[in-house]
Order: sequence, then structure tokens, then C-alpha cells
Amino acid sequence: MAVLVLAAMAEGALGADATAKTVTAAGALGAVTVLCVGTGAEAAASEAAAIAGVAKVLVADDTAVDHQLAEPTAALIVALASQYDHVVAPTTSDAKNVLPRVAALLDVMIIPDVTAIIDAKTFQRPIYAGNALQTVRSDDPKMVLTVRPSSFAAAGSQAAAPVEKVIVPEAPGLSSWTEDRVAASDRPDLGSAKIVVSGGRGIGSEENFALVEHLADKLGAAVGASRAAVDSGYAPNDRQVGQTGKVVAPDLYIAIGISGAIQHLAGMKDSKVIVAINKDEEAPIFQVADIGLVADLFTAVPELIGKV
Amino acid sequence: MSLKVLVAVKRVIDYNVKVRVRTDGAGVDLANVKMSMNPFDEIAVEEAVRLREKGIANEVVAVSIGVRQAQETLRTALAMGADRAILIVAADEVATDIEPLAVAKLLRAVIESEKPDLVLCGKQAIDNDMNATGQMLAALLGWSQATFASELVIEGDHATVSREVDGGLQTISVRLPAIVSVDLRLNEPRYASLANIMKAKKKPLEEKTAQDLGVDVTPRLKVLETVEPATRQAGERVPDVATLVSRLKEMGVM
Ligand SMILES: Cc1cc2nc3c(=O)[nH]c(=O)nc-3n(C[C@H](O)[C@H](O)[C@H](O)COP(=O)(O)OP(=O)(O)OC[C@H]3O[C@@H](n4cnc5c(N)ncnc54)[C@H](O)[C@@H]3O)c2cc1C
Ligand SMILES: Nc1ncnc2c1ncn2[C@@H]1O[C@H](COP(=O)(O)O)[C@@H](O)[C@H]1O
Repeated sequence: MAVLVLAAMAEGALGADATAKTVTAAGALGAVTVLCVGTGAEAAASEAAAIAGVAKVLVADDTAVDHQLAEPTAALIVALASQYDHVVAPTTSDAKNVLPRVAALLDVMIIPDVTAIIDAKTFQRPIYAGNALQTVRSDDPKMVLTVRPSSFAAAGSQAAAPVEKVIVPEAPGLSSWTEDRVAASDRPDLGSAKIVVSGGRGIGSEENFALVEHLADKLGAAVGASRAAVDSGYAPNDRQVGQTGKVVAPDLYIAIGISGAIQHLAGMKDSKVIVAINKDEEAPIFQVADIGLVADLFTAVPELIGKV
Repeated sequence: MSLKVLVAVKRVIDYNVKVRVRTDGAGVDLANVKMSMNPFDEIAVEEAVRLREKGIANEVVAVSIGVRQAQETLRTALAMGADRAILIVAADEVATDIEPLAVAKLLRAVIESEKPDLVLCGKQAIDNDMNATGQMLAALLGWSQATFASELVIEGDHATVSREVDGGLQTISVRLPAIVSVDLRLNEPRYASLANIMKAKKKPLEEKTAQDLGVDVTPRLKVLETVEPATRQAGERVPDVATLVSRLKEMGVM
């Protein structure tokens, strides 16, 4: 069987970690071809070619598919799809945008956010914010799925596989990209960091959120946030962890001033060690925390910063 | 400018309800639990109603697909300010979930007769967590799509949409007619006043069936099993920061 993997791209560069994890998942289904799209995707393509288990890389170096704009990117994948039994991508905002469109054009169901591959037609995925795990079997002739990167180990490296160019089909200009507002940060990526420090509404203000960032920097950690913290403007939207934000599974997750709503837990409950700092001893976050500290964060966090 | 706006609203388990997986593996227990409008769809309805209040839209039509009880969800949309509603009955059992591909095909059929200029839907239904219907619908219609919207501005025959993406925010421009799926920060939905709830009872609610629209809703994904995930055990409480740090060092995570 043959599998087409849509590589994760971030600002023209390969999303190497998410792609390497997706290659592991896809490798269980068949021979893996990776597709890299966008202007200058050649650098990303040669990086992808060196991921262990990749048989071939296709590169669509074309402005039409920059930013993985949904309509042209879906048209490209559909044009390639006849050669493959499965189309797979990591669960990123790009893939969530593009792959359902691909599936509908192929008249098949999308299988979103797969956390385990049982066999070539059978997959496990979380529903109800991770409160249930469903095993589904697809009866469609072709399978289109996104896989949750944090559920798979990253593939290693290999001698580079061959890279081929592909042509992007002509598509009507239904939409156009205007701008990306990306918060520049030197911190590790939230999706792949070993340690994540997250702040919630308890932090109280945007200024106070510096406390969370300071601790994260001391630990070499990524910074996360609850929806309440993002909605209140303490942190940008790309930090949101949860059912509708990012799903993370670091070695250590430190939740500060976060109550532990199910929608938040959906994004972090697979972390290896969870630490909660909250002044309310009844806060639900303590039910999932390996280590709980009932304390006022404004005294506990500065003390913690001093001790690490 | 006067747009006709169609909003898709789904009836789901209320987001505050603690979900229980049935012990027989046959899914989630939906008997006697509170059901509500999918939270993202409230945001979509709110946005549509605001467009009408600003004079950008002249009609807001709410559509729901599922069991007959989804009437209640549509009445909520009407109470929030939608002008009329269409219910497509596609299941008898409350536990039957209609897949996004079938929902998209039913919505396409409605759109072909209603001819809206803009379709708003939620980014994701909080029951099946699919995040797919809007994108699938756009594909079937050959329309443009703007998913995960946190800002929507209509200018002539285009919509400028700010989208919540992994790296931050992205702005794109899409040609109308278009499908826009809404994210949490687009707006804060209003509560319907008692007066509007009363008024909503008199607004038109048309009922159709999936057969009327000629759409086969047989699922493509067969659910083999639904289980509860491994639950985490609450760990220890530490008395102070010093103990916290030494425990983390012992565990080798810091
Ligand atoms: C459709 C939908 C999707 C959602 N998606 C997400 C999602 O993806 N991610 C997400 O996080 N949420 C999500 N939510 C929101 C979720 O339901 C909660 O509202 C949110 O997670 C609460 O954030 P919080 O814990 O920061 O705030 P709160 O629940 O208000 O908790 C604040 C906590 O801070 C503690 N605190 C206050 N002051 C101090 C102090 N000085 N010291 C120590 N502790 C203190 C309090 O005791 C409290 O426990 C979603 C909701 C809906 C309806
Ligand atoms: N049965 C349904 N009836 C009406 N709208 C729906 C239905 N299912 C999905 N939708 C719409 O599509 C959005 C995304 O749902 P989903 O793709 O299932 O996550 C929802 O927020 C609704 O706006």
C-alpha cells in the first residue's frame, strides 16, 4: 500500500518534529511519500527526504500553494491521490483546514486526529474532548486522516530519499493570503517541548504572565495557557492548550492558576508528569496532577524560579 | 449590500455535562443528559445576527440536521435573532450522529435552493470533535473556505477573515459565496431575552427529511468500540516549593 504524507510547514520551513512523527504513523500503513508545498519548499523537501522510512519526496514549489491555502492545496492532493491508498497529515491547523476538503472531493470521510493505528482501515481517535476513545473502521475506498503527533514517536534519520517535482494544477483564485501575525519567540515549540509551563486566569493580568514566562525560560520550557488566559488577553491564541487549542504531551507540564476544566485537560492529560499550583485545594486540576501544591501562585512561583 | 446568511447549528451534549461512556461499549450515555447548541455554533449565530443588525445581511436562516429534538436548538437560534429555521430530520435515535460528509451533502442541498451568500458554521462540534463539516461543504460546492475565524469583515464581494492558526493569526481574503467556520474569540454570544424566546416560537420552522433531499446518510466509518480512556490518578500533595523541587529532581524531569 502507498501513503501520501502532507508535510507540516511553518513559514516555509519543514515542521520537522510533527512530520517525523507522522511518518512513523504512516509507515504502519505502507510505503511513505512525503509532499512538501510552497515557494522554496526544496529545502524542506531535502530535510524530509532524510527522515527514516521516507521512500520518496514530492515538492510543489509554487506560490499558489504558499501557506497551504485550502483550495489549491486540496486540488493538488486530489490530483496526486489516485496513486495512494492513504493520505495522512499531522493534526495541525493547516491539515485541519485542507484534509477535510480533500476527503470531500474524493467522496470519502475524513478520519481526524488519530491517536492509534489498529490496521490499514481501523483507527482510534478521541471524541468528547478525550473523554471517550472511539475505534472506527472505514469502508471507504481511500482513507484520508490526520494523526495526533504527540501520540507517535518521531522517526529517526536515513540517507536521503529521492526528491521529485510536481506541478500544481490550475485552480480558480477563490482566496488569497494577506498576512501572518506570528509571535516571534526563542522558546521551544509548544508541540514538541519536553517541559511546558502554562498559566490560567489565576495569573490575573498580562503583566503578571511574565511570571509564567520567566519560569519557562529558567526551565528551557515552552509557554502554554488556558482559554481563559487567552480570552483575557494575558497570552496570544497560539498558546492555548486544550480541546480546541493545542494538544501537548511533554515530560513535565506545570499548570499555574488553572482550574482544570475538561476542555483544558483534553490538551495535556497525556503529559508524563503533571504539576499543579493552585490556591483552591478543591480545583479539579489536582485530580490529574502527579504533584499538587496548594499555594498562592504569587508567592510560590517566584520561590520556584529562585530554586531552579 | 444585503447578504443572505445561512448558519448551521448542531444539537450536542451540553459542554458542562460530565460525559459517561456506556459500559457496553456502545458509545456515550445520552439518556437524560442536558443537550444544548454546540458552543461554536452559538458564536456563528451571534455573528450572523450582528451582520444583520449592521445592515450587511438581510436574512439569517438557521439549519440543523439530526433528530426531531434539534427543533429546540433551532428555537434557540431564532431567539438569538435568526429569521427562520430549517430542520432536516435524518435520525430517530438521539445517539445517532450524522457524519460531516453526510451533513455537508444535506447542507449543499439546502444551499442549492436557499442560495445564501455566506454560510457560517462552528469550527468543531464538541461531541465528535471532527472539525470537518465546513471544509467538506466548501469542497462539495466548489466555494472558498475560511476556517477558525476570529474576525470577519465583509467588503463588497469579499470577506476578510482573521484565522486562529498554530503559529498565531493569519489573515486571508475569500470571494463570496464562502463558508466561514468560527473560532472561540470571534464574539461573545448573547443570551436570548424572555421576550425574544417568546417571539421565536412564532418564527417559521420548516421541516424536511434526508430522503426529501435525496441524501444517503449511511455512515462511512463504522464504530467498532467506544471506551473510556485510562484515567489518571491524583498524585501527592506537597507542602511547599522546596519539596516540589526535590520531588521533580527525584523523578528526573527537572
Ligand atoms: C467549546 C469550548 C471549548 C473550550 N476549549 C478550551 C481549550 O481548548 N482550552 C482551555 O483551557 N479551555 C477551553 N475551554 C474553556 C474551559 O471550559 C474553561 O473555562 C477554562 O479552561 C478555564 O480556564 P482557567 O482554568 O484558566 O480559569 P478558571 O477556571 O477561572 O480557573 C482559574 C484558577 O486559578 C486559581 N487561582 C486564582 N488566583 C490564584 C492565585 N493567586 N494563586 C493560585 N491559584 C489561583 C483559581 O483557584 C482557579 O482554579 C473551552 C470551553 C468551551 C465551551
Ligand atoms: N448535524 C448537524 N447539523 C447542523 N450543523 C452541523 C451538524 N454537524 C455539524 N454541523 C456544523 O458543522 C460544524 C463543525 O462540525 P464537525 O465537523 O462535526 O466538527 C458545527 O459547529 C456546525 O456548525
